[in-house]
Parts: sequence; structure tokens; C-alpha cells
Amino acid sequence: MTQKNRLAEGGRIDRAKPVSFRFDGASYSGFEGDTLASALLANNVHLVSRSFKYHRPRGILTAGAEEPNALVQLRQGARTEPNMRAPQIELFGGLVAESQNRWPSLEFDIGAINNRLSRLIPSGFYYKTFMWPASLWMTYERVIRNAAGLGRGPTEPDPDRYDHRNAWCDVLVAGAGPAGLMAALAAGRSGARVIVADEQSEMGGSLLSDTGEIDGKPPAEWVADALAELAAMPEVTVLPRTTVAGYYDHNFLTMLERVADHLPQPPQNTPRERFWQVRAKQVVLATGAIERPLTFIDNDRPGVMLAGAVRSYANRYAVLPGRKVVVFTNNDSAYHTAIDLAGAGAHVAIVDLRKAPRGAVIDAARAAGIEILDNHAITAVHGAKRVTGISVRNLDESGRGVTGPTRSMACDLVAMSGGWNPTVHLFSQSRGKLRFDDALAAFVPDKSFAAERSVGACKGSMQLAECLKDGALAGAAAARDAGFEAKKVPAIPKVASGTEGAMLPVWVVPSGQKLGRGGKHFIDFQNDVTAADLHLAHREGYVSVEHLKRYTTTGMGTDQGKTSNVTALAILAELQQAPIPAVGTTTFRPPYTPVTFGAIAGRNIGPFMDPARLTAMHDWHVAHGAKFEDVGQWKRPWYYPKGNESMHDAVNREVLATRSSVGMLDASTLGKIDIQGPDSARFLDMIYTNAWSKLPVGACRYGLMLREDGMVFDDGVTTRIAENRFLMTTTTGGAARVLGWLEEWLQTEWPEMKVYCTSVTEQWATIAINGPYARHVLGALTDDDKLGPKDFPFMTMREMTVAGAPARVYRISFTGELAFEVNVPRRHGHAVWEAVWQAGQKFGITPYGTETMHVLRAEKGFIIVGQDTDGTVTPMDLGLDWIVARKKGDFIGRRSFARPDTSREDRKQLVGLLTEDPHAVLTEGAQIVQETRPRPPMKMIGYVTSAYHSPVAGRSIALALVARGRDRIGDTLWVPRLDGGQPIKVTVTEPVFYDKEGVRARG
Amino acid sequence: MAKSTQAAAHSPLANRIGPDGNPVALTERAHLGKINLRGDAGDKAFLDGVARAAGVAPPVKANTVATAGTTAILWLGPDEWLVVTPAGGQGAMESSLTTALAGQHVSIVDVTDARTTIRISGPRARDTVAKACPLDLHPREFAAGQCAQTLLAKTDVLIHQVGDTPAYDLYVLCSFSRYLWDWLADSAKEFA
Repeated sequence: MTQKNRLAEGGRIDRAKPVSFRFDGASYSGFEGDTLASALLANNVHLVSRSFKYHRPRGILTAGAEEPNALVQLRQGARTEPNMRAPQIELFGGLVAESQNRWPSLEFDIGAINNRLSRLIPSGFYYKTFMWPASLWMTYERVIRNAAGLGRGPTEPDPDRYDHRNAWCDVLVAGAGPAGLMAALAAGRSGARVIVADEQSEMGGSLLSDTGEIDGKPPAEWVADALAELAAMPEVTVLPRTTVAGYYDHNFLTMLERVADHLPQPPQNTPRERFWQVRAKQVVLATGAIERPLTFIDNDRPGVMLAGAVRSYANRYAVLPGRKVVVFTNNDSAYHTAIDLAGAGAHVAIVDLRKAPRGAVIDAARAAGIEILDNHAITAVHGAKRVTGISVRNLDESGRGVTGPTRSMACDLVAMSGGWNPTVHLFSQSRGKLRFDDALAAFVPDKSFAAERSVGACKGSMQLAECLKDGALAGAAAARDAGFEAKKVPAIPKVASGTEGAMLPVWVVPSGQKLGRGGKHFIDFQNDVTAADLHLAHREGYVSVEHLKRYTTTGMGTDQGKTSNVTALAILAELQQAPIPAVGTTTFRPPYTPVTFGAIAGRNIGPFMDPARLTAMHDWHVAHGAKFEDVGQWKRPWYYPKGNESMHDAVNREVLATRSSVGMLDASTLGKIDIQGPDSARFLDMIYTNAWSKLPVGACRYGLMLREDGMVFDDGVTTRIAENRFLMTTTTGGAARVLGWLEEWLQTEWPEMKVYCTSVTEQWATIAINGPYARHVLGALTDDDKLGPKDFPFMTMREMTVAGAPARVYRISFTGELAFEVNVPRRHGHAVWEAVWQAGQKFGITPYGTETMHVLRAEKGFIIVGQDTDGTVTPMDLGLDWIVARKKGDFIGRRSFARPDTSREDRKQLVGLLTEDPHAVLTEGAQIVQETRPRPPMKMIGYVTSAYHSPVAGRSIALALVARGRDRIGDTLWVPRLDGGQPIKVTVTEPVFYDKEGVRARG
Repeated sequence: MAKSTQAAAHSPLANRIGPDGNPVALTERAHLGKINLRGDAGDKAFLDGVARAAGVAPPVKANTVATAGTTAILWLGPDEWLVVTPAGGQGAMESSLTTALAGQHVSIVDVTDARTTIRISGPRARDTVAKACPLDLHPREFAAGQCAQTLLAKTDVLIHQVGDTPAYDLYVLCSFSRYLWDWLADSAKEFA
């Protein structure tokens, strides 16, 4: 048998299912039901890692999520994951793990020199040493991080799926030990919707490691019965391998379910992990307690473990981590470990810091033939990579020193217990206030601020009978508060009652030497923080526990100080001669244990990262080779290259075709809002700067919308469809924002107005036909023969049938050309687009995208809100004074024009820019100066908002916002370049570059 | 050319194939008639007028659906409803509502083409949707005959439970519909 520490019988492992695995290249075997930690211990492997700073050899300390030492690099290739806690890794066939933070090997680690130099690298060493010069910190940091690393992240994409899940419940139970199971049973029996989640693969918590009886049954059998009952309840969801990681406002909690982490790889389409977002009416926290190490000299040697963990390995996994055991304790709980180990055949001695402890469990230990050394302390630990023995001495009268002769004892395992810390992390996250319990020498929940109940060990109930009772009462009460009356109060299972003797808090165990000499008293194993470090920080004046944490790094890292925080606080309190509650705790923040980014991202990756909005004609654009541009969530055709055509060439071709013949644009994405009601015109008078009441039915008008501060907010053309009905268009990006804006004003300021607004953006597909032949193309597709300028003048709308579809045709133009915007119900968009394309063939109709649209409108000086405006621009700044009807009465933004700032003479105004070199296209966003200097600072007087090559002008054009811009028309200005090249010389012009009289659109 | 022949109609999901059976089925209910109706729920004349035109009064209880034959009226807000008819029924419904509500301050807008409808059904339909929908869809909270406007996979949807299987009709803006369909099909893979 290779598993030399495996007990011949017992445990919850499946001996019929052996599992082979590799650790640091060596092959081992374990059984199904093992964790990596239990399997390594079964094979007598204690040395599993090197510590963070000093590279000290380290072993497995715990049997749970609090593990600070046994962090491994799990799996290989794309699935490799660093810093995985060995006690939480379920063993599977073919598992491969490696130790971390050692080079070249775990046995021989060069970095261990740091331990020899440790006197030279105290707390804050890096802060103190590498502060100067600051510019070199980046270099120092890289070297330091290499030396003090944890594991490595994968370099390949993650091949696994991750998923999310929303859930609601009446009662969420976090933790399925005795208290949690009782709570779930009590709540479940009432018919309430219950979710019970536990981080382990098997539910039962401490009961899986316990001996004794519940209701006359072995604890594990009682657990099985409880789980069977829960499984039969249709409204109860039982989630093993699920950590309740975060507890937020309003009983919103997050959980990480490890769906397939226990398998070599997830089955196809099964997520590896699932991130739950739970909204619970009531929460029951049953998260147990975490044992504290004792702070004695060299307490970090492999083979020094927590007593409760040793008991778990022995009882749950049938692994005896050592044959000759010293149990070192300040409380009764470790005696159970001693008794169970003795029963399993180990030679056990107990070193108890207390003087003459009394009680049933002490008697039982004596009866089992265990030697008890009371009032003793461990003053030395022998062995480096594995404990080989210890020295003990008597405590002196004060209890703070040792006295008398030294006795050495050979051993291969030290099982220590410094008491228990209730796992108050979730309670604290829920804003609950803690109280220090002197009897437990630990923080326990005090005042709760959420619909929450803590039960069992996490509230400080350390006896099984109390846990069961707590759980039953809280489960029933939680269900009742969620609206479910329990039909019967659940019977509380019978267990043997025991009384516990008092524990003796000893925060630093004396070694007979000055602290820091002869060895190290570790507080935080993961971050290599010792009691001496805390003393140093205190001497250096650190008072606040939050500062202490950041200076010494105690309580940081992947375990967030689960085994160390309270001890560190207690030592700080002793040093400050203050009570522990006065020192306070650091903040408990989510998550309880690390959550993978994969789980947080879920399936929100690749095509699902964000919705892609597609128009009715999208497939046509794809089939015709369009390149797409993201406009908000919309995919809009950007340009349609032919063959190997460059973007520049494609846009030139599209512009010239539209100016000289005819082009077509998919304009479906523009926002459209149907506005109805007798007050519609009055409403528009308030919303827009210009007047609407006298607009005839069938006519269109351009409007500017301002915010209250008078700045341009959106624009578009609105058409009077009927006396009391308008169709407003908005910018593509502003559609939802404008509808919200209209509703806000109607609902909060003018509720008396009879107006209803309905978004119809998606009801219509819009095909804009632009160019001298636009009328010819439209005429080929409709029987309406009144398309001429008299019957269908510029800025009007006609309803007609186009290519067999009912259409609203608007004679409006964003290009300056003769143009018709054909709107048809979306279902016909594709067919009508295709018909326009076909009908336009004889005119060489050219589909164009947003880039050409931008060039065409810029040639005409038409602004784009959000590109040529930035939220600080008034209509007057844009030269659109004509659109502000100051005589019509009030409108949103009007009052702000009386502010001095909006009439400043040096406001930035929209102008055109022509570069001296006609081929130089300015950079959008580039700054504009009056005088150049070799290098900044230079006085900026404006910036470029739009810049293109204009095919019809045969040169570059630009729009810009320039201080006193209109006064500068004809002036020469400069545009410095980011690349440091010669500034570009420009002349200020009117912001219109083509058809200044506007005759083409009216033809 | 095609001046007089009726233009072809396309639905955005015409070529999408989704899971078609247990435990999840996806189908498109294309071109259902849809009228967005605004009016005063406190005005009996309005309720009566709608009832005359649609065969049933608009529901005044939040997030409920009133049905009459093949017509359903989904509550969208205190003064807003979606009247759903079989495909092709929107024109007649718009006319009869306009006639029945003549003279009242209402808004009757044909939005048939703005949204399409995805029917998701099957024993795991609820789990498929719950992955990215923050609503509580448990039968005690949300049952057949209820509707709600919510977010599903970052997409605005109007969800209407139409059966206990369960089956849901998801009304989604056409531009988002392929994204949502593909997301649902991917979401259901786990249960196949």
C-alpha cells in the first residue's frame, strides 16, 4: 500500500474507486472522495509549498477554504489555474498539480535565502528601501514580484463555458452543517422556497468529521436523511459545491457554483462554473467557524496543522497525517482530535496552555491513555521540511513567560488549536455589527441590519445541540417572516450534551527568547507576517488596524486572513493596552473566497458581449460586401468597397456618384417618435427652439432641441402627419434618450398636456435616395405621378405605394442633393431596398455608408450632434440663430440665453477650415492655435470637429469650433500635430463648402 | 417594375433554426399584429370603447393580459397597452379602435413591424430565460396570463407567459431579435 498514512477503514472515501494523480511530477494515488490535500497527506506528503516572502517550507494547515499555505498550480495548458487551495480541490483521475513560489524545486529553493536574511527584510522593507528614486519603482517592482510570486495565469484562451443564473427565494441558507441543515429543513417544511448552498462537495459540514450520535444515528446518517428529505421537497434547491460569496444590499447575494471543477473537464455544453445572483426575502447564515492557529515559535513547519483539520482528515478521509502526535491547545475542542487520533492508533500527547483543565472531555482523554502536559508551552519546533519533534517548558506564574527545564518530545505531527473564530464574513458584508465575545475570545454577530439570521458556530454556538436548535428556530422564523407558517415546529434532534471548559486566550506563546530570535512566530502564514512584524509596526507608530494591515500585509492575499486576522488584532490590542473591541476589525469585503473572472463574465463574451442591432436590409449589406461601423449598438454600413478598393477610394466613388447621379443609404436607424394629442404642437413649441403650431399638415421642419442650460441636445426633422399628430426623427444614438426626455417633461412638468409619445423607430425601414436622379428612381417604383417640385416640394411628405409597399416618402435631404427618404414597414425593407437598387441600375445607383454620409453632409456644413457639438454648444455658436424663435414664448433652454456665459463674445463658434495643403486632412479633435511655438504650452483657441477629403471640392475640408470663429473668417490659424511634425496652416472659412445657395436639394 | 405587386415581407428570424423540442423549443411567431394603445384607464368611455373594438377591455391590473378569442391586450403601463392580433389583423384592429375611440384623447399606433415574437417553451424554458433575466419567473410569482417588460440578456423584452409548460412569448425589437434568438439557443444548449 503506497498510501502509508491511510487508515485501514472508515472515512467517506470510496475505496473501490482508486484515483491516480501527479504532484510536482511524481505519481500518487488516492480515492474518490479525497481532496488533493487529503490524498497528499495519505501519501505522507506534508511539504507542499514555499512561503511568499521567506520561501519557508510549508505544509497543509487546514481542511477548508481558509487554507493559507497549500496553494497549488492546478491543471495544465489553457485550463491551468494558480493559487488553488488543496483542501478544496476534489481529486479526479489524471489531476496534475504543481507547487508554487519555488525555484528550482520545492525541496531545494534558492529563494529560501530570504529566510536567512529575514532580519534584513522586516515589515515595510520594500516600502522603505525602494522609495528612491521613484522612477525606478517599476523596475524594482518587477523583480520583487518575480521573487515573491504566487502562481501563473494561463496564456491561452479559456476553453470552458461559464454561465449565470438569477434566482429568487424565500429563504437562502448559506452553509449546510448541522445548523444550516436544520434551518433548511424547518424552512422547507413550511412550503417556502428555499435555496441551501454549501461550498463543499458533500453537505454536512462538521458532521462529516464528527463522531457521536444525533437522534441515535451516526452524524453522517442523520445528514443523509436530512438531505433526502430536502431533495424530496419540490420548492427546495440544494446546491453543493456552491459558495455564497457576496452579501449586498436588500438581500441580494452572489454565489459561485463549481459545476464541473471536480471533473477532468466539463461535459460538452456544461458550464464549468455558474455565477448565481440571488434575491432572498430572508437569509440564514450557517457558515460555521474557522479554527485559529496558536502563535508559537516556528508554528509554520510542515506537520504543524490545525487540530480540527487533523480530525477531519482522520475521520472524514481516513488519513492519519502523523503517527506520533502532539496536540497543542488552549481549549477543549482539540481534545476530541486527540481522542480520535488515539483511537485510530496514533501515539498522542497533549500540551495544554491552561492550568489544570477539568471536564468530561479531559477525563476521556486521560482514560484513553493520553499524556496531558498542562500549563505548558511549545518553545521550539524541530525539523525544517517536516516536524521531527518539539520542546516544551512550563509557563511561569504570569503566563507570559516560560520557566523550568526544557523537555524534548519526538513527534511527526503537531495539531494545534488557539480557539475558534465564527465565520462572520457574510454577516459583516450585510452591514451587521460585530461584538467581541470574551468567553470565545472572538468576534460574534451583534446587531443585524438585513433580513438575516446567523445560526450555529458562525454566531458563536459551539455546541452541536445549540447549533441544531439555532437552525430549527431560525429556519422556521425566516420562513414565517417570508410569509410561510410552519405547520409544526420541527423537533430538535437529540444529542449528547457536553459542557466545555473555558478557553485561555494566549495570543503569543512565549518561547523563552526575545520575540523574533531563534525562530518565527507566524500570524499570517500566507503573507509571512510574524508577531515580531506586528511589534515593529506598533513601535513605528501604526495605530489603525487598517494601516497595520496594509503596512504589514497581514490579512491580505487569497485567504484574506481567515486564520490570522483576529490574532493580529488581539496582539495589536495588547501592544496598545486597549481592549480588543476598541481596536476594531478590518472590513470584510466580498467575495468570501475568490471568484473567477470566467464566472463573472459568464457567456457575455464574443458575439454575446453586447447586442448587435441589425436593420431589415442587413443581409443585403453583408451580401454586397459592406464594411460596418458600430453606431451605438447598431451595425451600420460604413462603406461598400469594390474589389480591393481602399476606404478612401470607395468613399470618393460613393460621394461622386451621389452628387452626379444617385446614391442610396440605409437610414433605418434614425430615431422615430409618433407624437399624438391635441397639445402636440404646443408641446413641440416647448421642446424645440423653433415654432411648430403653424406647420401645415404634410410639411416637415428641422428642429433643434436644447437642454435646460441652453446647449444643443439633439436634432432632427419632424413632420406633421395630421392636425394632432407628428412624426419626430432623432439622431440614431439619441433615440432612446430623446423619448425618455419627452416622457420626463410630460410626466413631471406638464402633466396637463394631452400628448402621447410612442417609439416607432423599428416600425419603419428607411431608404434615403439622394442625387440628381433620385426622382427618376422613385418614379420607376410608384404610380404616384405627383413627384414634381410643385406637387411634392422640398420639406414635405407624401404617402404612396413604393415597390408594392405602403410608404411615407419624405422630401428631405441630409446631403444637399435632391432626395427622398422612403419609409416602409420594416417587413418590406429588404424587398423595397432591392427594388430601389434594381430601378436605379440604369443610373448607376450607388449604395453608400455612414462615411460617405458624413462627407456629404460636411460639404454642406450640416452638423452632427455629438460630433460637431459636445454639450457646451448653443444654436448661436453653430450659426443657427435663425432656428431660435425668441418671440414665440418659452421653450426649454430659452432662459439660459440670458446668462452672461451664453452671450460671451469669445465663445467657440462653428467655422470651416481649409488647409493650405489641399491634401492634408486634419485630425478630428486636433487643437487649433493662433501662434505656434516649438513645443507646448500653446494657447488653444478651438478644435477640429469634422475633417474629410471632399471629392467635389477636390481638397480637404474641415469643421471646427473656434473662439470668436466668425470674426476670424479669412484669418490664418495653425493646427499642431501630435506626431511633432510641422503644424498645419489653415484658413478660416464659412462652414459650407458646396452649393452654398442650396438650390440642388430644392430642384 | 414591381409597382403594383405586393412587396415581399421578411421576418428577421426567417432563417433561424433553434432547439425544437424537449426540453426547450424556440419558434418565431412572425408578423403578429400589434397596436400600441395609449389612453386613460380611469375613463369608462375609453375602457368601453376598447372593449367594443377588441372584444375585451384593457387590463388595469399591472402586468396582466386580457384575452378575447385571438386578441390579447398586454398591460405595459398605467396608460399604455399592446393589443396583439393574429398576423394580418392589425389593420382591422387599428380601424375599429379608431372608430370606437373617436373623439377621445388616445394614441393608436401600428407597431406590428417594430417587434417580432419568439415563443420559448418546454420544461427547461424557465431555466433558459432565468440565466439572464432578473425577474422572478417562479409560478407563484409569474404565471400564465401575466406579462412584464424586463431585460433579458441585455435586450428589452416584453415577456408574456402563455402556458404552464411553461411557454413564454418574448416580444423583442426586430433589430435585437437575432442576438436574442442566438443567445437563447446557446443558453438552452446546456439542457439538450
